[in-house]
Amino acid sequence: MMQVGPGAFLALAAVLFSLGLYGAVSKKSAVMVLMSLEIMAVAVNLNMVALSRWVTPETMTGQFFSMFTMVVSAAEIGLGLALVLAIYRRSRSIELSTMERLKG
Amino acid sequence: MGETVNGVAFAILAFASIGGAVGVLASRNVVHAGFWLLEAMVAVAGLYLLLSAEFLALVQLLVYAGAVSVLLLFVVMLTLRRREDAVRPLDWSLSGAVLALLFGSMIYLGIANFDIPVAEMPSTVPDIAALGEILFALDGGWVLPFEIASLVLLVALVGAVWWSKEDEK
Repeated sequence: MMQVGPGAFLALAAVLFSLGLYGAVSKKSAVMVLMSLEIMAVAVNLNMVALSRWVTPETMTGQFFSMFTMVVSAAEIGLGLALVLAIYRRSRSIELSTMERLKG
Repeated sequence: MGETVNGVAFAILAFASIGGAVGVLASRNVVHAGFWLLEAMVAVAGLYLLLSAEFLALVQLLVYAGAVSVLLLFVVMLTLRRREDAVRPLDWSLSGAVLALLFGSMIYLGIANFDIPVAEMPSTVPDIAALGEILFALDGGWVLPFEIASLVLLVALVGAVWWSKEDEK
């Protein structure tokens, strides 16, 4: 039977992260950018869980790290969406091009 | 002989998660993109199960597949009220693609040259009870980060409510 090692998980996480990175820089809707950020966060978590399974299975360090990453990413998506709502109320649009005056 | 991960299950879940991510990027409709994101998150939860991280798989389902997707759909519902608003062009970007490709190949080079310390998968892993014991162990545990995480969540909650409340006047 075909078996895979940690390298396959790391490669998968790299592909997911690259896809998320592409979305984060190319999308022009704030909600789509936030979705891409979530894909990137998940890729990082997958990396840490995979390495934890092979390198430190007894202490599960990577699992704890990804647990706290999930906390930060949940806080980030909550704040990001609240910000999107606030910007929508001000300019009736969530396109990133309407936020150009934030450049100062 | 240590336990290894079943390649067939990995291939199916990897295909599902990459397909979900591509679906997010290739959806014209923002609502469809949200559902593709949900699918990718469920696939990643399955990958956590393959890695014997049952607790994280559950948290992944609850937080990402449950809370984050529903929150995204709520914001889409509140901001893109008409159907035409939710359907939008695909926003292709050549420079973004080049950046992502360069980054991906850099990571690939890093992985290819990276010597993972343990090549053979350990056959036994601690269960969820052991995870909780390590998390709350008084020496070498994760009690302080745990408390800081709860503080971060509280601050985020207050900040989100503050930002999204209606302006007076």
